Amino acid sequence: MPTPHEILSTVLLQSYNTRVVVLGTAMLGLASGITGAFLLLRKRSLMGDALSHATFPGIGIAFALMVSAGGSGKDLPGLLTGATISGVLGVLCMLAIRNTTRLRDDVAMGFALSVFFGTGAAVYAMVQTKPGAAGLESFIYGKAASMVFSDVVMISTVGITVTATALLLLKEFTVLCFDENFAASTGWPVLRLDILLLVLVTAVTVTGLQAVGLILIIAFLIIPPTAARFWTNSLRRMLVLSGGIGAISGWLGASVSALFANLPAGALIVLTAASIFLFSMLFGTARGVVLKLLDQARLQRRIGRQHLLRAAYEILETMNQPVSNQPIPRQRLLEHRSWSNPELSRLLTQARNEDHIEPGSNPAQIHLSESGFGEASRITRNHRLWELYLITHADIAPSHVDRDADLVEHILGAEMVRALEAELKPRPVIPNSPHQIPSPS
Amino acid sequence: MVHEHPPDCPLSVHDLTVAYQRKPVIWDVDLNIPEGKLVGIVGPNGAGKSTLLKACLDLIPKTSGWVHIYGQPYRANRHLVGYVPQRESVDWDFPVNALDVVAMGTYRRLGWFRPVGKAQKAIALEALEKVGIAHLAGRQISQLSGGQQQRVFLARALAQDAKVYFMDEPFAAVDAATEQAIVVLLQELRDSGRTCLVVHHDLATVAQYFDWLIFLNLRVVASGPTREVFTDENLRKTYGGKLSLLDHAAEAIRRS
Repeated sequence: MPTPHEILSTVLLQSYNTRVVVLGTAMLGLASGITGAFLLLRKRSLMGDALSHATFPGIGIAFALMVSAGGSGKDLPGLLTGATISGVLGVLCMLAIRNTTRLRDDVAMGFALSVFFGTGAAVYAMVQTKPGAAGLESFIYGKAASMVFSDVVMISTVGITVTATALLLLKEFTVLCFDENFAASTGWPVLRLDILLLVLVTAVTVTGLQAVGLILIIAFLIIPPTAARFWTNSLRRMLVLSGGIGAISGWLGASVSALFANLPAGALIVLTAASIFLFSMLFGTARGVVLKLLDQARLQRRIGRQHLLRAAYEILETMNQPVSNQPIPRQRLLEHRSWSNPELSRLLTQARNEDHIEPGSNPAQIHLSESGFGEASRITRNHRLWELYLITHADIAPSHVDRDADLVEHILGAEMVRALEAELKPRPVIPNSPHQIPSPS
Repeated sequence: MVHEHPPDCPLSVHDLTVAYQRKPVIWDVDLNIPEGKLVGIVGPNGAGKSTLLKACLDLIPKTSGWVHIYGQPYRANRHLVGYVPQRESVDWDFPVNALDVVAMGTYRRLGWFRPVGKAQKAIALEALEKVGIAHLAGRQISQLSGGQQQRVFLARALAQDAKVYFMDEPFAAVDAATEQAIVVLLQELRDSGRTCLVVHHDLATVAQYFDWLIFLNLRVVASGPTREVFTDENLRKTYGGKLSLLDHAAEAIRRS
């Protein structure tokens, strides 16, 4: 077990060795977060998965070739060239299946992925007996610690180039991902942009093999943008966040893996990213689950309040004209709408907390407070005007209807409201309901 | 059959055939569309209306024939063309707001690598104003209603500042207010000399909205000024034996 001091010094990059490794992985995370965002928006995530798995045979074959040529077999550029070639072949195979048959994307991808990965496993078993093959498995699960300075230089160069290209082509990729046909009709070379995007993804995947491993690199491409989406509805902010989440995942994952010799970096990076994802899914400010639940609860409370106060007002209308604020028998409220007893109790508690009901009176008699009565008459008036608007202007209404608007005038304009009020006859300050209000039985 | 194609024609189509998997979807389409017309493209489902549009826009390969925009192939004159795709053709959950989408209409003129700036945003905002939803410029597009989304697409085409517009079912599933707004917009475009080709489904309004009609059912049944070609016979030839539809159309003729 590493001591807390060791953990801190690793995460804070105090040793030179971890510093280069971790910075390289973070750089890669930034690049994969940004390209991954475009891949996700282009709905091509599956292709990234096929690509990364299909690199496997290429690594084994490149190793075998280099060994038989008398080299060490562990030359990184050589291995990655092999990985690139077989990865691209895998994607081409998937595209060929999809375009020449009527098989769907997922079938073509499943086929290409498994066949290439299977071939890779077979090749790997065959070359394992050769001298120097011991480090090859780091390409499957990722081992950041096996990186040396020159590897990090290469990874950083690729990371920076990919990030810069993606950002330079921000608007081109945006229109490609959003509306391919429109992009093509205005003259953007859709096919070439798609190929370029795939080249960027390939570059990130291949350079990430050593640190993250070919099985898990897809998570590095997909999880950061998905997590980022929970926080924002803006593409720019999503790219920044996604790049940031990728970089943080790379940083934490690689530094923890440097501490525990047996823990594969890929797994730790993915787990870090997944934790960020989980947090984003719950607490994201744009589409997080918690926020959605809170919104729903708030909406429910507001509708409940509106129903209760309007019911109270409608009952008061039947009790006396002109309407004045008096105690209402609880039983009449219960009969007015199809509330169950506990439901009404909950609404009344809520109304009491909002000071719409006089506190501490006889529980069988509900007495609206001053502000409750004002609110009730406002809600009732709004509701009736909306209802009338929907009836008299059915042809244009749907695009304007926002019945939750605090004041009907804000949406319809004062003039329309005056016209509507004129149509409600007779003309009390609060218009009568255009439909029958159920009378007490 | 038209075989002469004057070069000042916004759109001329010569002997166009498009086939998917050996099965022709439209064949021998020959058209000349005069400038400054509102052109309705009508026909039953599967008649090849969208295919015709996409072939004109070079989005799908032609099996034979050619399409010219102002006397030149599409590639040479595509800066004169604006396009409104079907609303369902894109994912409205995409993380952009209304203004971003409309600004896409300016991308091509802006050119490679250059970021969207104030000038493009101003053009986009102006286009949104023309379709009456400038107040929704900053809204995420999934939070717009169907009619508002359609207006965003129209605004994007306006931002293209084109001379010929191709619109694929802009009236599909929009509310009445949006439909009226689109009609007014189309008339303004026509009055400023633009030509609009619009795929349209509602035979009851077709004669009222358009001053030129193309009846399409795999081939061109008729193409010409509405008052000449909007006839019982052409409707019957286009829609075949679908009687309920024909009754509907007959009533539309009486009203027009």
